[in-house]
Amino acid sequence: MAALERIQDHGLLRFLTCGSVDDGKSTLIGRLLFDTRTILTDTLAQIERTSQRRGLSAVDLSLLTDGLSAEREQGITIDVAYRYFSTGTRKYIIADAPGHEQYTRNMVTAASTADLAILLVDARKGLSVQTRRHAAVCHLLGIRHLVVAVNKMDLVEYDQAVFERIRADFQDFAAGLGLSDTTHDVTFVPMSALNGDMVVDRGEALAWYEGPTLLELLETAPGAHGDAAAKAEQFRFPIQWVCRPQASDDPELHDYRGFCGRIESGTVQVGDRILALPAWIETKVKAIHIGGQPLTSAVADQSVTLLLEDEIDLSRGDMLVKAGSNGSTASAANGDGAVPEVTKQLDAMVCWFAETPLDRSRKYTIRHTTRSTRAAVGEIAYKLDVNTLEQQGAEKLAMNDIARVSFRLAQPVFCDSYAKNRATGAFVIIDEATFDTVGAGMVV
Amino acid sequence: MTTRVTLSHLDWLEAEAIHILREVAGQCENPALLFSGGKDSICLLRLAEKAFRPGKFPFPLLHIDTAHNYPEVIAFRDRRAAELGERLIVRSLEDSIARGTIVLKSPLESRNRFQSVTLLEAVEEFGFDCLIGGARRDEEKARAKERVFSFRDEFGQWDPKNQRPELWNLYNARVRKGEHMRAFPISNWTELDVWQYIAREGLELPSIYFTHKRQIVRKNGLLAPVTDLTPAKDGDVVEEIDVRFRTVGDIPCTAPVESTADTIDEIIAETASTAVSERGATRLDDQTSEASMEQRKKEGYF
Ligand SMILES: Nc1nc2c(ncn2[C@@H]2O[C@H](COP(=O)(O)OP(=O)(O)O)[C@@H](O)[C@H]2O)c(=O)[nH]1
Ligand SMILES: [Mg+2]
Repeated sequence: MAALERIQDHGLLRFLTCGSVDDGKSTLIGRLLFDTRTILTDTLAQIERTSQRRGLSAVDLSLLTDGLSAEREQGITIDVAYRYFSTGTRKYIIADAPGHEQYTRNMVTAASTADLAILLVDARKGLSVQTRRHAAVCHLLGIRHLVVAVNKMDLVEYDQAVFERIRADFQDFAAGLGLSDTTHDVTFVPMSALNGDMVVDRGEALAWYEGPTLLELLETAPGAHGDAAAKAEQFRFPIQWVCRPQASDDPELHDYRGFCGRIESGTVQVGDRILALPAWIETKVKAIHIGGQPLTSAVADQSVTLLLEDEIDLSRGDMLVKAGSNGSTASAANGDGAVPEVTKQLDAMVCWFAETPLDRSRKYTIRHTTRSTRAAVGEIAYKLDVNTLEQQGAEKLAMNDIARVSFRLAQPVFCDSYAKNRATGAFVIIDEATFDTVGAGMVV
Repeated sequence: MTTRVTLSHLDWLEAEAIHILREVAGQCENPALLFSGGKDSICLLRLAEKAFRPGKFPFPLLHIDTAHNYPEVIAFRDRRAAELGERLIVRSLEDSIARGTIVLKSPLESRNRFQSVTLLEAVEEFGFDCLIGGARRDEEKARAKERVFSFRDEFGQWDPKNQRPELWNLYNARVRKGEHMRAFPISNWTELDVWQYIAREGLELPSIYFTHKRQIVRKNGLLAPVTDLTPAKDGDVVEEIDVRFRTVGDIPCTAPVESTADTIDEIIAETASTAVSERGATRLDDQTSEASMEQRKKEGYF
């Protein structure tokens, strides 16, 4: 079982690469895949052939990620591409997001599932408008771990002063963004993605740098529910599906009623006191199952089936949370955070995706956890200039805009602020005419 | 309380896949799960058990049979469906050929790209609004950009430039009559993850995934199997060697790899140290153009 042991497990990390066009995102991903021996020879042969056909002198590692024919024609990344590699200790899912401003929506998409972001900066150019925009989007989407990769150090003679200047500039900017030391960590790594210095191997050229390589940072970064902030998360269990075998001849299954879902945050144990929303009924966890097999406890991200002590009628879209310390109904008010806010009013930062602007006279469908409800648009408080972070008055919301918008809902949702909980603080907006996903929101 | 906060990567991938399967069940009225008897769809069945047992699956199994499959795989498919007690629907390319909706230039032409015709006919016949498939993003560059819930218009076409944004784990499976979704629960799995999962779960596989003696002809670095459908041509050098399949599919376009691995652990050891991608090592029809998969998917291919 040598192979199995070699690939032993320290979980999974999802990260995002971003930065201006040409700062080296695709090259960096290619380098990570190449140096961790993830690229296989036939794939490499194929990009070698393409590089030659285009008259390039070296193999263009960015060809690994630019997969759509339109992207190959234009030589830029349009859509989010997902890549995978494993080091033997951890599995990684990379989202490679496009840099251009007209693809902000794709970057928002990529950032929504990332635990960490690598922000590339060209050492020759320093922070650009795009670097700042991407840092702002990462912050908005709740990414708490940021690695600023100062790339192309080979083009500035691996000069430490250049690196230090960019670090200082970014720290100034980060303070303005509201990235605080207690909730966020920002790390800086000098590198050459092209030559491979400080990506997987240290190389020879950056001897003055004593910090970890990029891969060492990735190997030790906390995963989705692994950092200090996440440990404070409350139990949230949106019901996706009710399992009722209805096997009338089987006495054990006759009354089986399992509530299926994914634990979005927190933990649960057999015997825990549970509150069902919106029924406001309290009961206890009788059993926890995966595929019919019992567990004594379960943690965030696990998909499980919960069996309850009392027979309550719950369905998809309802939510199970822990009953508060002072009894169920009182606990929402006593503010221990065990119970989410139950509300028909949402105030959120919204990113608009569709070509057709938000129409305030129309109704939309909002999908929040496993719940869908119709929504009317209220006020647009302001639009955010993602380059300067200035707030501007706005009547309309067009593609790629980010704005603070309020909604009135036909049905209540059970939500936390996005800063507290990425799962119960997030929703998408669906156009009722086209059924397209036209926007995404983060509860303020 | 000593609760482990970090899931192992297989536990995480499993939990994500179960969540996706339950979203299909919760959002779609008439889904089906594509089951070919291949290793990826064998994983899907185990994941469906984890998602829905002790209940029944809220969807039937569907196989689009090219009628060019290895008999071991077909026998396995039927047995597995029977063991699970789930409904299996089989639609064959032969029926489409008889109907005249598939016209082959030669009887032994690769049937891979014609699968979409029969598939879309089945979608129409049963009114499916979602097909669950075992495709992975690591298989191919165009797939790397495909959503977990991927929209298909009434012609079954995928429009890569006009995909629905997919954020967090909030999937939007809403379609109109005639349109449908494809859902890919193991999008984020690699070939190695699949093998590790098969090992961990002790899943049974068709025998041709393990080493066996087979007559082959070497063609452009690939091993073309010699079968009744694909007999050796004059001048071919036929060898009998130890091989196994990394993927099972249409006989004329699926190549085995040289291997003596007869356990899952040996396969994992080979996969972890392999130098050639699954598609590169096994597809006899895919090397024509870099964009060929994207093109076929636009036409409704799985
Ligand atoms: N000299 C040097 N060139 C680099 C480095 N990283 C990337 N490049 C080059 O910069 C150009 C843009 O890189 P690419 O990866 O496509 O950038 P992207 O637009 O951010 O994906 C390519 O010509 C790369 O070869 C580096 O570390 N040093
Ligand atoms: Mg790029």
